[in-house]
Amino acid sequence: MTNLRSFAAAACGLAAAFLLAGCERPPVESTQTGYRGTGIVQVVNPRIAAANAALHAAPATTPAAPAEGPKARDVYQNVKVLGDLSVAEFSRHMVAITEWVSPQEGCNYCHNPANLADDSKYTKVVSRRMIEMTQHLNVNWKDHVANTGVTCYTCHRGQPVPSNVWFNPVVETPRIFIGDDAGQNKVATQAGLSSLPYDPFTPYLEQEAPIRVGGPTALPTGNRASTKQAEFTYSLMIHMSSALGVNCTFCHNTRNFATWEDAPPQRLSAYHGIRMARDVNNAYIEPLAPVFPAHRLGAGGDAAKANCATCHQGANKPLFGAQMAKDYSGLTALAQALAAGSTLPPPLAEAMRSVMYFDTGSATLHGEQAKGLAQLIATMTATPAATATISGYHSASGELAANQELAKQRAFTVRDALLAAGIAEQRVVLDKPLQTEANIAGEDPVARRVEVTVK
Amino acid sequence: MAQYQNLFTRVQATGPAQYGIPLPAGDEARFGKPWAFHLLGRLGNAQIGPVYLGWLGVWSLVFGTLSFNIIGFNMLASVNWDPIQFIRQLFWLALEPPPPGNGLALPALNQGGWWLMAGGFLTASLLLWWARTYRRARQLGLGTHVAWAFLAAIWLFLVLGFFRPILMGSWGEAVPFGIFPHLDWTAAFSLRYGNLFYNPFHALSIAFLYGSALVFAMHAGTILAVSRFGGEREIEQIVDRGTASERAALFWRWTMGFNATMESIHRWAWWFAVLCPLTGGIGILLTGTVVDNWYLWAVQHGVAPPYPAINPAVVDPATLLQGAKQ
Repeated sequence: MTNLRSFAAAACGLAAAFLLAGCERPPVESTQTGYRGTGIVQVVNPRIAAANAALHAAPATTPAAPAEGPKARDVYQNVKVLGDLSVAEFSRHMVAITEWVSPQEGCNYCHNPANLADDSKYTKVVSRRMIEMTQHLNVNWKDHVANTGVTCYTCHRGQPVPSNVWFNPVVETPRIFIGDDAGQNKVATQAGLSSLPYDPFTPYLEQEAPIRVGGPTALPTGNRASTKQAEFTYSLMIHMSSALGVNCTFCHNTRNFATWEDAPPQRLSAYHGIRMARDVNNAYIEPLAPVFPAHRLGAGGDAAKANCATCHQGANKPLFGAQMAKDYSGLTALAQALAAGSTLPPPLAEAMRSVMYFDTGSATLHGEQAKGLAQLIATMTATPAATATISGYHSASGELAANQELAKQRAFTVRDALLAAGIAEQRVVLDKPLQTEANIAGEDPVARRVEVTVK
Repeated sequence: MAQYQNLFTRVQATGPAQYGIPLPAGDEARFGKPWAFHLLGRLGNAQIGPVYLGWLGVWSLVFGTLSFNIIGFNMLASVNWDPIQFIRQLFWLALEPPPPGNGLALPALNQGGWWLMAGGFLTASLLLWWARTYRRARQLGLGTHVAWAFLAAIWLFLVLGFFRPILMGSWGEAVPFGIFPHLDWTAAFSLRYGNLFYNPFHALSIAFLYGSALVFAMHAGTILAVSRFGGEREIEQIVDRGTASERAALFWRWTMGFNATMESIHRWAWWFAVLCPLTGGIGILLTGTVVDNWYLWAVQHGVAPPYPAINPAVVDPATLLQGAKQ
């Protein structure tokens, strides 16, 4: 009997150890981020966070090189995207990129040492396109990358191929008679080891399958999204959660996942992030597939694509929000912009309507735009009965509150100029538009404007 | 050795096997020579057999086995007939219903056809087994309480895999056959229909589920506590209330002011158990057919309380997108 008891006790102990083997050791740290009682908290395991800290540390930046002197384009050959940097700054960029992407392999990972301008290595062609992509992200996707921006290091972390990439899944032997898995019911490594659909990326981060499944009304009013669709959305959400190391409540009001009402503002970033990943995969990465050698491609011949984990790697802000990009001017502006300076559309100066455009984050008018303002003043002086109605606008990039203030300041600039030119105060009216945001996403010179109606 | 024999006694009486009452004319004979299984005797009655199967039981087992094999071989095929992966990923594997676009049309064999077949056979098996429990109870001269309780569970099964998919017009709305897949389906179902937490029938079902556990624990605890007075001989206690039944009643009257009776406690337990799948099935049946978003429904009806806004207002960017298109 004693033997039986000790055997049973040992068996229970083994079973408990086996069942608990996959669990994290408590305690975890929980931080309340929502209203009390709603369970809106963020849970962090401090031991896991400490173990991963090195992964999220940004490398040191080298001091900026002088921007003066001859441009790289004029000194070197075949410099297509960073040619407007000074030679010193260009070299500094090259050294940094080598450190970020191929520290082991060195410059020769991309360059032919006999002729640095030679495009014969595929890696050089890819990295040139990737620099363009980085510029595009930093300029046009501020909705997601904000002013922190991204660099090569955000994804690469010292490796030629980022550690988190994905390929389109390929069925080796098509099961035509029996055993179709409907794209799920396997150990889904991309979806937190659940049995949810194992490829949430092809439909959402490459194609544009509808992500939203929740209905907008209490009673059925034509929302035909199926439970299976919900499983695909769920799979993508689990990927995002594990890629960012956050709970559902980081972005969602979990009482109703679909609602934007009282959803944390991070959801807005995530919304743009999904579209950013889609843009990156379709516009930059997938078109490079013919350039890559076979061993870099997936089983279906597709290029290694990006998802949330590619940049985030388990942190809700990659590298904990370290501001690396601002020190590398070649990565924070589009090549065309570097070449031509800021390109605003010419101001509009008609008898009844004037439009003047502003630089990013600016409320002052320069050059051509100031001439447009002068034209407006001339029109107002010539027609003493006319009233000018002024509305200011801003682009979608950046924070809404700050942008709305900027739009107001732009309107004030025009008003003050008119008043200073002696136009009577009652002839100058400020009209706040219902929506001051004049484009959908990112920077657009056409959005940064003041419109004046004269009648 | 002079110990009173109750449910968990270590003493197992061994003697001539009990064959039970004679069966009515027309019933098949019971089969199998009875034998005693000591380890089972520690949990219940040690005597195994004889078994009555009858044609209801035989056909139920045939259909059940068919269904079990269709599900199992589909799972095995889904890992390319690899037995190691089959065992390793067993909890993840499933037989999936047809894709949603298929509607209620007869699906292709490998796109839900196997699922429809497995579901049909399983339903036949369950209904035949239900008829068997009903008939066996009647033949023994019992009431049919067990059969109706079983039917409550079958109701929930049929709502999930048959009634609701038909009302929704798509077999794809049904539950997959699989351990984790059916749990993931449940979570996705709740996400799709605006949080099942706010479905009042879901709440009722949970109340009866937890209530069943509570009632079961209270009753089992009470009877075990009075077994030293012969309390587990409930029928005798009902007919001839002895000290055990009296003490059990007194205990609850003293601790909570009210006590069930030897008879009524079983009605409590039966109704709690039966109402759990019954209300749950109603809740599932209303989801998607009558109510599309339970959270919004609960807000409309004052069920979900409003909470003060914590975050700065976020505007759904998709609404801005639509505005721009117009």
